[in-house]
Amino acid sequence: MENLFVGIADGLRSSLGGLPPELGEAIVMLVKLVAILVFILVNALWLVYMERKVAGYMQARIGPNRVGPKGLLQTTCDIGKLICKEIIIHKDTDKVVFMLAPVLVFVPTLMVFAVIPFGKNMAAIDMNIGLLYLLAIASTSTIIFWMAGWASNNKYSLIGSMRSVAQMVSYELPMVLAILGVIMITGSLNMSDIIAAQEHTWFIFTQPIAFLIFFIASVSECNRAPFDLIEGESELVNGFNTEYGGMAFAMFYLAEYANMLVCCAMVTILFLGGWHAPFGLDFIPSWLWFFIKMYIVMFVIMQLRWTYPRIRVDQLMGFGWKVLVPLSLANIFVTGIGMYIYRAIGW
Amino acid sequence: METSIYSVIAFYLLAITIVGNAALVVFAKNIVHSVLFLAVTFISMAGLFLLLDADFIAAIQVLVYAGAVCIMVVFGIMLIQAPDMKGTNLFNTQLFAGGGVVALVFAMCAILAGRTAWTDLVATQAVPENTIQVIGTLLMSKYVIPFEVVAILLLVALVGAIVIARDDAGTVAVDEGVKANAHD
Repeated sequence: MENLFVGIADGLRSSLGGLPPELGEAIVMLVKLVAILVFILVNALWLVYMERKVAGYMQARIGPNRVGPKGLLQTTCDIGKLICKEIIIHKDTDKVVFMLAPVLVFVPTLMVFAVIPFGKNMAAIDMNIGLLYLLAIASTSTIIFWMAGWASNNKYSLIGSMRSVAQMVSYELPMVLAILGVIMITGSLNMSDIIAAQEHTWFIFTQPIAFLIFFIASVSECNRAPFDLIEGESELVNGFNTEYGGMAFAMFYLAEYANMLVCCAMVTILFLGGWHAPFGLDFIPSWLWFFIKMYIVMFVIMQLRWTYPRIRVDQLMGFGWKVLVPLSLANIFVTGIGMYIYRAIGW
Repeated sequence: METSIYSVIAFYLLAITIVGNAALVVFAKNIVHSVLFLAVTFISMAGLFLLLDADFIAAIQVLVYAGAVCIMVVFGIMLIQAPDMKGTNLFNTQLFAGGGVVALVFAMCAILAGRTAWTDLVATQAVPENTIQVIGTLLMSKYVIPFEVVAILLLVALVGAIVIARDDAGTVAVDEGVKANAHD
């Protein structure tokens, strides 16, 4: 079980032995990326279902339960319905940008998944600067939300997208600064190295403040409640995606869940020990541990949404700049001193 | 840099994308379109760095330049405040001044390109796998003074922005509605 996916990749590679090595390697890489693509799409589909179930139980309802066993096919039907709908493009939109935004919205998310190690030796691309790559690619997604809001030519969409730029820029800073604490301890930007450094102690215990800052900032980066001012239904009529219908809307909706998946994977890798098994429970394969941790974080984020009300814009900015940024800077300082003392003691 | 046929093809594709999009930045009538083309230009520049095996610089290029593009869009819209975004990025009539600046930039590029000993720069040995560590060490030892000067410059810019944003009474200019809502 442990080497299930690695074994599949090796089997594929050896069965392609007859081909020139460059071509064979390219095919293996293609298969890996398609597998990740399918994984993300299935996840996005069923995370919507999970969200509705969690919301249902938290509000003492049952949630979707009619279509398929336990309602599992509900979201599939929803997507089917959205595909059938006409995509309405009203006449004042900036048409090219308007249609480009839902097409591009998945690109940064998909690119990010290429470096995430799902298990022992299970990163599609084991990149030296994996973490930096991830941050760089993720930072471009703001442009796409902004494109959607601006091209809609609707004041609610424009306000929503302006908020998205302000919010994503303000919360990216504490997020990166929080990660710096982890990077200082491991001395590497490679995700596999960061996980390997957590073999004995997870960074959630050595870097608790960084974990809290990173978790809050990443919930905010995904535009999830209580930071979902970008799409505040009651004030902005869903914000940047108001004018989108049919599959174009569904792309934004699914991308939100794909982004959540990235954030949960990041929390798992940076603070929860990645694919390391806790308490020496090694009989469960490493990739399964990764997924268990990832979905626990996901469950917490979903509970947050249905527990807390939305915060105000000024509270959001004030909290980001006056609390999270100084706190994360202090964390870097304390981490530096702590590392120096540990080294002086000779641990 | 490997000089296989693939990297040569990639170089020319990237060069066409960069130059084409840079031209579109200038020629697009709508300033928002200009900025979006600028984002494509920056990301293709990162591709050029990747061709040179400088993956750290490529990531920084995307993070700093392409990531900050949307902020420039916001500035563009807020500063222009046109009811209609069509025709916000027009040509002006300063033909001679513009021509002079362009000539100056070209001359500078030509001089620098001519003075550089390109043949010495071609890496004879393999590019190091992990470039960050070397860059970090250099920044903290050989180039520590420029590094610190840049840091102070950025700090001054940051403080300056806050000073400009404050009004004369010394309080931060806050929207009245926000002020009324903020109790603490």
